[in-house]
Amino acid sequence: MMKKKFFALMMAMVMVLSLAACGGDSGTTDTPDSTDAPENTGTEATGAAFKLGGTGPLTGGAAIYGNAAKNGAQIAVDEINAMGGIQFELKYEDDTHDAEKAVNAYNALKDWGMQISLGSVTSKPCEATSAETYADRVFALTPSASSTGTIEGKDNMFQMCFMDPNQGTASAQYIADKGLGAKIAVIWKNDDPYSKGIHDTFIAKAAELGLQVVSDTTFADGNDTDFSVQLSDAQSNGADLVFLPMYYQPASLILAQANSKGYTPKWFGVDGMDGILTMDGFDTALAEGVMLLTPFNADSTDERTAAFVAKYQEQFGEIPNQFAADAYDCVYAYKQALEAAGATPDMSAEELCDLMIAQFTSMTFDGLTGESMTWDASGAVSKSPKGMVIENGAYVGLD
Amino acid sequence: MTFLNFLISGISLGSIYAIIALGYTMVYGIAKMLNFAHGDVIMVGSYICFFAVSRYEMPLLAGVVLAMAVCTVLGIVVERLAYKPLRQAPSLAVLITAIGVSYFLQNAAQLLWTSSPKVFPNAFVIKSVDSQGVETVKTGIQLFDGQLNISYVTLVTIAACVIIMAGLTLFTTYTKMGKAMRACSEDKGAAQLMGINVNGTISMTFAIGSALAAIAGVLLCSAYPTLVPTTGSMPGIKAFTAAVFGGIGSIPGALLGGILLGIIQIFTQAYISTQLADAVVFAVLIVVLLVKPAGLLGKQIREKV
Repeated sequence: MMKKKFFALMMAMVMVLSLAACGGDSGTTDTPDSTDAPENTGTEATGAAFKLGGTGPLTGGAAIYGNAAKNGAQIAVDEINAMGGIQFELKYEDDTHDAEKAVNAYNALKDWGMQISLGSVTSKPCEATSAETYADRVFALTPSASSTGTIEGKDNMFQMCFMDPNQGTASAQYIADKGLGAKIAVIWKNDDPYSKGIHDTFIAKAAELGLQVVSDTTFADGNDTDFSVQLSDAQSNGADLVFLPMYYQPASLILAQANSKGYTPKWFGVDGMDGILTMDGFDTALAEGVMLLTPFNADSTDERTAAFVAKYQEQFGEIPNQFAADAYDCVYAYKQALEAAGATPDMSAEELCDLMIAQFTSMTFDGLTGESMTWDASGAVSKSPKGMVIENGAYVGLD
Repeated sequence: MTFLNFLISGISLGSIYAIIALGYTMVYGIAKMLNFAHGDVIMVGSYICFFAVSRYEMPLLAGVVLAMAVCTVLGIVVERLAYKPLRQAPSLAVLITAIGVSYFLQNAAQLLWTSSPKVFPNAFVIKSVDSQGVETVKTGIQLFDGQLNISYVTLVTIAACVIIMAGLTLFTTYTKMGKAMRACSEDKGAAQLMGINVNGTISMTFAIGSALAAIAGVLLCSAYPTLVPTTGSMPGIKAFTAAVFGGIGSIPGALLGGILLGIIQIFTQAYISTQLADAVVFAVLIVVLLVKPAGLLGKQIREKV
């Protein structure tokens, strides 16, 4: 009998543990009537520092992005706090690249008293949290959620990265300008707004520029392991450049499978490809010659970039990718806007929201990921992407 | 030729589903429960083998044996702690527990090994050095001037599938333990009256199922090399579908179901649309189950009223 009870107890503990682990911060969802929270947050704040919060995939398949953004933002916050003047308190919550968990994480941040938000790191969760920040009148500036749905119809949601459609058109433009390929194949993920957004505009722009798209194939979550059909299609149609608007994890499988088939086209990726080189055990020779458009170049000789890269390497032991740089820029953009608006940390999230909207639509910002960036009222940023190529296992600027 | 290539891709994907489905069907056939944690045991097996091979530089075979040992122990422990106390509980409670175990394993793996993807080394290659000292790595057999490409992993997977299927069939038909398993699957109460240790037999079933999971994990990750804590879950669900398709509880049915599922998936992608792959796979499943509710090779059991 005792034995049975013991096992039952163990079982219960196992279940509780597993629930706690997968739920993350789900405990905070039962906040009573969340709509009146913004009024409280201002008074609850410690008064000395602006409470800056964001959600991102700190664990899960897209963890490289979330951690990079968190680390980049942390460096900026540490630098700004050391300068004196405006002070920030930064908090990142894990959303595991899942829309539902992102809303839970956002609610946890609101309980903490977040005044201004860094949105979410990836597109799908950010579409969910941006609806919340819009309803709660919390200003949000996402470092890297690039889908159109993120900012569409939300006056207080801004992006630091360029939007997916812009990535698609910029990629097509770049390929046409440099004459990189005559026959182009596109492989994309049809259940991901990020991938679909880039694909749709790429195809439209390619038609406009007279680029020939000979193969257009897709995959989804359940069948993202075997790419033989997609690659055969591209190969048999004679594609000499394959465009991969997706994250690096499926991309690494595509590169490996193409290699074992002996198919060697030019590869062209977007910002989601960033991170492929830091995968544990990845044979970087497979990614040799892969091109991608990204706004940030870690090899740049620019003084601020070099200082940031050095600091990041010292603290986190790796070369920062563009997500880190975008998040770093976000914090500095906030600093500039808050200073210009004369905002103080005792203001409520709602007051700050109005001030920030006025600032961001009128200011010009110089950051690591672009010079003289401006934002329009929709929340989209204007800056120009840089072409990069992977050579000997490192990113090198193409221009 | 492209048709043959797609057929081979289909068989290669299908054989992976089949080898996972064998574990599902084995446990279901004997313990009459759906072990949804099977996919996650596969993931654990893959991680063990990954660390053994790439961190401690053990040969692959040693890695597989180690992974099998760890998974066997894991399977027995999970059975003892999570399923055995629920032996008399309704099957729904056991099903929910299995889902809980699945989440537990996924999150434990995330804590232990972090979520950043690992790339599994492909050990099924033949290395040769030519006279200039240039090393070439062959990953498969090329036929008809390289038009047809069969990777070694595929060959090994299919061979492993057939051997395991034959082994399991012989084991359950001729050995004493196997007979005990079949007896338990037919009637637990009656088996106990005949002096069969039901609990021991079910533990044994989990041990074998989990050891198979380790092999499946290594083959899965050799063929599709990214390894994350959720690696096992989606192939696990597909393999479960394959097991139902072939007739759950039937060992040859798992093999047939798995391979057919893989072929249907690849052919749909190739000849209908890459967007509709899953929709067609599940539409076929529904049609098969409407016509043959017990699956392709499943036994129809008549309820006596």
